[in-house]
Amino acid sequence: MPGQGTEASLTVDVVFWVLAVSSIVAAFAVVHMRNLFRAALFLIVSFVAVAGMFVLLRAEFIAAVQVLIYVGAISVLIIFAILMTGEVESGSPAHSLRIPVGILAALFGLTAIFVSVDTEWRILDQFIEAGLLSAGATAQVRDVFSNTIPWIARMLVQDFVLAFEVASVVLLAAIIGALALIRER
Amino acid sequence: MSLENFLIVSAVLFAIGLYGALSKRNAIAVLMSIELMFNAVNLAAVAFSRYTLPAALASRPSAGGDQMVHLLLTGQIFSIFIITIAAAEVALGLAIVIAIYRSRSTVFVTDATQMRR
Repeated sequence: MPGQGTEASLTVDVVFWVLAVSSIVAAFAVVHMRNLFRAALFLIVSFVAVAGMFVLLRAEFIAAVQVLIYVGAISVLIIFAILMTGEVESGSPAHSLRIPVGILAALFGLTAIFVSVDTEWRILDQFIEAGLLSAGATAQVRDVFSNTIPWIARMLVQDFVLAFEVASVVLLAAIIGALALIRER
Repeated sequence: MSLENFLIVSAVLFAIGLYGALSKRNAIAVLMSIELMFNAVNLAAVAFSRYTLPAALASRPSAGGDQMVHLLLTGQIFSIFIITIAAAEVALGLAIVIAIYRSRSTVFVTDATQMRR
């Protein structure tokens, strides 16, 4: 196991299945609720469950960002938009192409599941257990996954600095665009 | 649990989001479904970053240092940028929905047909 982890323990398995089932059930509720406000609340449940899965994947920073941005900001924005448009009662009906679209989505999901199960992934742990990585590389993998946040910080402002700066320009453009769109004339 | 478990959860979440995005008439419900799909993609990116061995590392098993960190954590960096773009997208999308609601008093995507005429 990369990183001194407890990934193999029963507790982690139980936590994973609880998070997986709750995120999928909540996502299903989002597309099935006719009441938009309740759908938005179930969307928050799904986001929190996925944030828990990020913690299981040793991505604590992504989990924190997920809680701050999705649960904190995007959900509030969506709830405000629902309240401002006042369409809570009429809800979110599905249109007449619901069944063919459902079949299409189910086919896509089954294809993706088949591909992910059938492919021979190059699993990091197996390479380490087989001794195919050098001792230094193994130690480095353990070091990276024991605390990823300093490495992410270094990558963001060194290797991905151009994308990092462009992202801030994109956010600025989005703010100005949103303000210009909803400005009272 | 293994990589496959996370990928299956991600695929199921993406399929549910795809169904919602294509079948809903309310534009806000469509945006919520798109957020579900973004979430599924993030989960897959982080799971790949955690479990798989990068091809460049497999061909040069003795690589080390910053090069290797770079290879191991690219999935997490990708998901940070996906979250950023998703935030910008949902802000603009909701602004457009509210602008349509002001001019046409509807939030149904099937009713916004100005450009067809």
